[in-house]
Amino acid sequence: MKPLLDVRNLELGLRHGGQAHRILKGVSFQIMPGETYGLVGESGSGKSVTSLAIIGLLKKPLQTLGGEIFFEGRNLLALPRREMRSLRGNRIAMVFQEPMSALNPLQTVGRQIAEMYVQHQGRSWAQAEKMAVEALASVRVPTPERRVRDYPHQMSGGLRQRVMIAMALACDPALLIADEPTTALDVTVQAEVLKLIRELCAERGTAVLFISHDLGVIATMCQRVGVMYAGCLVEENATRDLFVSPQHEYTRGLLGALPKLGSRRLHGRQRLVDIDSFIADRSRLTETRFIAPRNSVSGEAG
Amino acid sequence: MKLGFNLILGGALTALVILAGLLAPWLAHFDPVLDADLMSAELPPDSTFWFGTDAQGRDVYSRILYGAQISLTVGIVSQIINTIIGVALGMSAAYWGGWWDDLVNGLTNVMLAIPSLIFALAVMAVLGPGLVSLLIALGLTNWSWTCRIARSSTLSLKSLGYVQAAQTLGYSDPRIMFTQILPNIMGPVLVMATLGMGSAVLSEAALSFLGLGIQPPFPSWGSMLTDARQMIQIAPWTAIFPGMAIFFAVLGFNLLGDGLRDMLDPHMRTRKL
Amino acid sequence: MDAPLLSVEDLHVRFPLSGSWFGRGRKMLHAVNGLSLDLAKGECLSIVGESGCGKSTTALSVMGLQEPSEGSILFRGKPFSGSQAPSRMERAMAAQMVFQDPYASLNPRQTVWHSLAQPLRLHNVTARSELSDRIERVMHSVGLTPEQAERYPHEFSGGQRQRIGIARALILQPEIVVLDEPVSALDVSIRAQIINLLLDLQEEFGLSYLMISHDLSVVEHMSDRVAVMFFGQIVETGPWSAIFSDPVHPYTRRLIATIPDPGAVLGLSRESVVEGPAQAPAGWIFADDGSSAPDVTVGPEPSELVEISPGHFVRLARS
Repeated sequence: MKPLLDVRNLELGLRHGGQAHRILKGVSFQIMPGETYGLVGESGSGKSVTSLAIIGLLKKPLQTLGGEIFFEGRNLLALPRREMRSLRGNRIAMVFQEPMSALNPLQTVGRQIAEMYVQHQGRSWAQAEKMAVEALASVRVPTPERRVRDYPHQMSGGLRQRVMIAMALACDPALLIADEPTTALDVTVQAEVLKLIRELCAERGTAVLFISHDLGVIATMCQRVGVMYAGCLVEENATRDLFVSPQHEYTRGLLGALPKLGSRRLHGRQRLVDIDSFIADRSRLTETRFIAPRNSVSGEAG
Repeated sequence: MKLGFNLILGGALTALVILAGLLAPWLAHFDPVLDADLMSAELPPDSTFWFGTDAQGRDVYSRILYGAQISLTVGIVSQIINTIIGVALGMSAAYWGGWWDDLVNGLTNVMLAIPSLIFALAVMAVLGPGLVSLLIALGLTNWSWTCRIARSSTLSLKSLGYVQAAQTLGYSDPRIMFTQILPNIMGPVLVMATLGMGSAVLSEAALSFLGLGIQPPFPSWGSMLTDARQMIQIAPWTAIFPGMAIFFAVLGFNLLGDGLRDMLDPHMRTRKL
Repeated sequence: MDAPLLSVEDLHVRFPLSGSWFGRGRKMLHAVNGLSLDLAKGECLSIVGESGCGKSTTALSVMGLQEPSEGSILFRGKPFSGSQAPSRMERAMAAQMVFQDPYASLNPRQTVWHSLAQPLRLHNVTARSELSDRIERVMHSVGLTPEQAERYPHEFSGGQRQRIGIARALILQPEIVVLDEPVSALDVSIRAQIINLLLDLQEEFGLSYLMISHDLSVVEHMSDRVAVMFFGQIVETGPWSAIFSDPVHPYTRRLIATIPDPGAVLGLSRESVVEGPAQAPAGWIFADDGSSAPDVTVGPEPSELVEISPGHFVRLARS
């Protein structure tokens, strides 16, 4: 099976006063059709800019310095802007962390969803608005016929995120990029939204690139995980294997630094791993990588 | 640090005005009030009288230079008064909230609704004409925007950790306002002040034009325009030069304000990717 | 040491809703509705709940940053709020706070040294040698060097700034430290360091912590007791082990059930605590099962906190 998304040696830089500073160094990974792939890392690791590069929303001073991003066989970095624009929202869609800033506060949510159909599928507004109601129903928004006329500020954070998901999945994209979609939400709402993403994408066979700093969320959602540090992909493995036997020093430090639920009950309070003393030399972390070979039976996420 | 175009041009023009005013006694060729020779009245610009002469035979160039002193004084002093009033009211309104905030907001709304020139006129009608009245009138009129800015800046700072921390550490409210909040709101307030300088100069011009500001024979750009009214067709230079002086001074102050704002903004924002 | 260090009794905080203009009779937002809790010396009590539950308002009331509408707060048995409250200066020696956002919690125009010295000077520590001494000691205890105090906040990373925030909270040697989401804004690896630091400091200085958090795994790790808040009320409170392994109230159960935990998800640990519906003891029902948002402009239905096992209280109403 050919990969849906094939990122090869992606290099990104930041222009600062005449010089280009490398912030992504030779990142490569693949996502198969229908697979949920997680990218985990702390701030500054480069996980968010990777997603921006894929969807073609890198703005100055960020720029691509090298590498290729193959999507359905085409190199996205070589595409003219107009073609990239027609792919965006249509074949590749994105859900952001802050739904309030991603939604237009001056338009009803129904209109914003309908716009997706009008723009990408050439539907009439009347048709599109009917489809918007169905879209809201598919993301389990109660009374969608009424909600369609709401403005974003009239909805709670969780509902707005559902609207974003509805917009993203409106045109049945092959790849959904979710960048910290639940970080700004309450715990109980987070659980529902994650469940929604999981179920909808499984139903439609949508591949998901799930970006988060929260290892717990990654474990719930993803089949394979890539760990990023300082612009490099330092470890990649099936989810279960990564958590059970992390290979790279950074991954082990990261997992050790988490307070694990239930461990205090069993083992008493254990001192959390101080990653700075755990890792002898941070500057050498990016020299080693552990990329596990993909096998036919990849670990299922819970 | 890359200095913006606005800042350089604005700074240059403002500096020009300041220098003209400060160095007027040395740069001027004639006394702006006393050297009035009716025999040389209404002469066009030439090598002696660089900007020509006015109806009283006074050198327009020298009067422009001395006029700069008036304009600068008006601009700076009125803005100092505006800033003090605006910051005091705005900062305290945001900090204490409640009825005081409601009161200050109401007052600000009223001030914004009254055309500022009318208000200044009213004040000057009470105080009489002259430079000091002008300064007081302008100082009392245009503090509303500064107040708004001080208030909104204070509101956004009020909920920040370090202001709450100061309270928990035992600081009194006035101390918090002076040491924690004030230094952090001065940026936008200063920008307002530079923009206000331009507006003050224009107001002076208008009030002097109406005969209420600087009284003859002292030169102010506004009163020079008043005098030039009757002579526009015969001696246009008597209006052109004061007009240009006002234009460049206000432009300079405004560009300086813009440039300062641009310079201060990204500085204050932390850049995160 | 039986008497609690801090005692909050029947705290109510209400805010007027929009449309402020001298008038009365406008709707009030009931942020905190009859909250009572005790903080013992040396313990860490965490208040958990989702956004809007009133935990932050409670913390601000304890710190004296928010006037209670009703109820009292006592420190060592003496009034800490209301008309008989001590001055800000006195309160400063009793309780301090560590704030959530390390990027907003320090005055950007002051050096760290200044931010630490100013409160000392205000509290009559003026001799230069004593100032230096105390600043040096507090910087060391949070893992920084005294030389770093000469710098400005923007020269430090998020984790370091949070350490400075902790230093500032400790500089006056308070007995209670209120921690408002102390690690939420930090990276995972830095969180561990700060959590370790807070626990070490608690032990070293005998501090009592009142922690506000929405991150349940941090709460489980750090707390001695936990109080769960839902729309202004505590719905369940008890020792950490009871709350996490035997939650009774349906809202608590929902919270615990939704924590995405790598271990549980991957089938690595066999704990599954919240299967099945919540069960109230005989004669009682759950007044509010936490499944829908109540009207915040009216107070809650009458209910009480009932002790169902030693130290473990659940909010119930008579059936």
